[in-house]
Amino acid sequence: MTTQTQTQKSLVVKVEGVTKVYGAGETAVHALRGVSLEIEQGEFVAIMGASGSGKSTLMNILGCLDIPTQGDYWIRNLNVAELDEEQLSVVRSQLIGFVFQSFNLIPRTTAANNVELPLAYQGVSLHKRRERAREALAAVGLADRGGHEPHELSGGQQQRVAIARALVTKPAMLLADEPTGALDTQSTKEILELLHEINRGGSTVIVITHEEEVARAARRMIRLRDGHVVEDVKWVA
Amino acid sequence: MGGLGLREVWRFAWRGITANRMRSSLTVLGVLIGVSSVIVLTAVGTGSAVSVQQSIQKLGTNSITVSALGGGRFSRSANSNAKQLTILDATALNDPVKAPDVKSAAPVLQAQGVTCTYGNLSSSPQSVIGTWPSYFEAANSPVSVGTYWTADDVVAGRPVVVIGTTVASDLFGTDSPLNQVIRCHGQSVTVVGVMKTKGTTGFQDADSIVIAPITFIQRSMSGYGSISSIQVEAKSATTTTAAMDEVTSIMDAQHKIKAGGTADYRVLNQASILASSNQSGHTLTVLLGIVAAISLLVGGIGITNIMLVSVTERTREIGIRKAIGAPKFAILSQFLIEAMLLSLLGGLSGVLLGVGISHFTILGVKPVVSLSSVLLAFIVSALIGLIFGGWPANRAASLRPIEALRYE
Repeated sequence: MTTQTQTQKSLVVKVEGVTKVYGAGETAVHALRGVSLEIEQGEFVAIMGASGSGKSTLMNILGCLDIPTQGDYWIRNLNVAELDEEQLSVVRSQLIGFVFQSFNLIPRTTAANNVELPLAYQGVSLHKRRERAREALAAVGLADRGGHEPHELSGGQQQRVAIARALVTKPAMLLADEPTGALDTQSTKEILELLHEINRGGSTVIVITHEEEVARAARRMIRLRDGHVVEDVKWVA
Repeated sequence: MGGLGLREVWRFAWRGITANRMRSSLTVLGVLIGVSSVIVLTAVGTGSAVSVQQSIQKLGTNSITVSALGGGRFSRSANSNAKQLTILDATALNDPVKAPDVKSAAPVLQAQGVTCTYGNLSSSPQSVIGTWPSYFEAANSPVSVGTYWTADDVVAGRPVVVIGTTVASDLFGTDSPLNQVIRCHGQSVTVVGVMKTKGTTGFQDADSIVIAPITFIQRSMSGYGSISSIQVEAKSATTTTAAMDEVTSIMDAQHKIKAGGTADYRVLNQASILASSNQSGHTLTVLLGIVAAISLLVGGIGITNIMLVSVTERTREIGIRKAIGAPKFAILSQFLIEAMLLSLLGGLSGVLLGVGISHFTILGVKPVVSLSSVLLAFIVSALIGLIFGGWPANRAASLRPIEALRYE
């Protein structure tokens, strides 16, 4: 993929001068102090930074889980600041796929039902849902684990179910927050390989991490420190 | 985005309930006890009121008794103006124009200290009464064997009597007393009928009675003077009050009592007793209902508690659901339906249990289940789910996803 074709692609994420302040007055914490960045369709971005650098705050804002104190955030062509709660839930449902460090599968619910869930909230019919959940599970290599509940699966398998759940809606971007933080080396390798594969298929993948190894799997690295972007490099994998 | 199917929300809610069966069934039990106790306790209250009413109705709601105030028949009244009751008073009350609501009025003459014998057996009836035939109906005293004596017997003063079952068994045992001649107060009288058993109230044995034509009692026992009381029958239970007013105004005229003056007679009616017993029965039902309502309220608080626990416990789950696109409405309805299902399950099984228990006799009372109490208990239980579950559900739905996700 050349730089030429990338610039012709549409923007998925556009962040302009975003700040986030928790609390007020003397005790105010400035998590983000003016972050601007653009991410295009099909990119594989790692957002790095030490603990307290603001990377998790940025992730929450990118995922529409939190709102910036100042600045603007466009996802595709939507200005998130102008959306109400109902519309935000639609954005989360249709444009964003979340993968969390602690998997966050719904307990006592089978893998297949977990994967189906985002489609259920979209109002997709039961029949179609089943089919797409089966496809998504097959895509992460768990075609035969649909009937298992989360506690019956290994950490790596749970994370794969979570990835299947994030992908089943065909979102504009996949947001992964320390996706390998709770996994052993072997599972980490497999999950990174899976994310790679997903990206090769054309999906935008954004990974938040503090591990160099994970960042190396990406093709662009944005480093945050004290709420500022201090490094933004791209390379060809 | 299409709307989330209601069936989906139902499935989520059902899964929420079945995920913790023990807790869910205890909550259901709370509502069940509340609903069934509302039904059973109000049924017991109604049942006891009904049984009291029935026993009073046996005495006859239509019957009105007019009695003299000036002491006994033979006592000298302190008030020399006080007049005794006479047969003329009874005749005056049988006036279809002045007393349209009075069906009949019969004089009652009590003979004192009478003993009746048959062969070597004897009986001392608590009351020996001389009257007119309309007395039988007015006093709610039907004959079960034989017949009544008639108005002809009154005119002729014939020695015929109807006796109560106590007198019959005293004198005849199990033999038929019909057409037998017994001796009462030295007079030979023929038994023409036996009254239906009325039962005993306290020391009063309503079956220890001999009823004869008033002319016979006057001639042979008590003489021609004043009478003891007048037994009046109103046309129906609903016109009893009107009949009492008519009786009062006729008696005022008979006894020359001026408006506002003190009457020398008293008019009594079973309906007034019935009314006061209705009142106390109603009080009992309301009291039991309040006790039951409190237990239903406690059941409702149980639902609130469980739903709050459930929301807190599943805060993270709510966060996940919101992160993957659940709209507020979906979370709200999921928890609302959970609460409603719990309370409706409790309500339904409470209705079944309550109606079931009400088939048994409780503390000697046959409970009477009223449809309104069943409906009320059921609707209240559904509302409890809606109201007491609504607050926790709304709290769950209003959680910000970022906070819900951070919750440990």
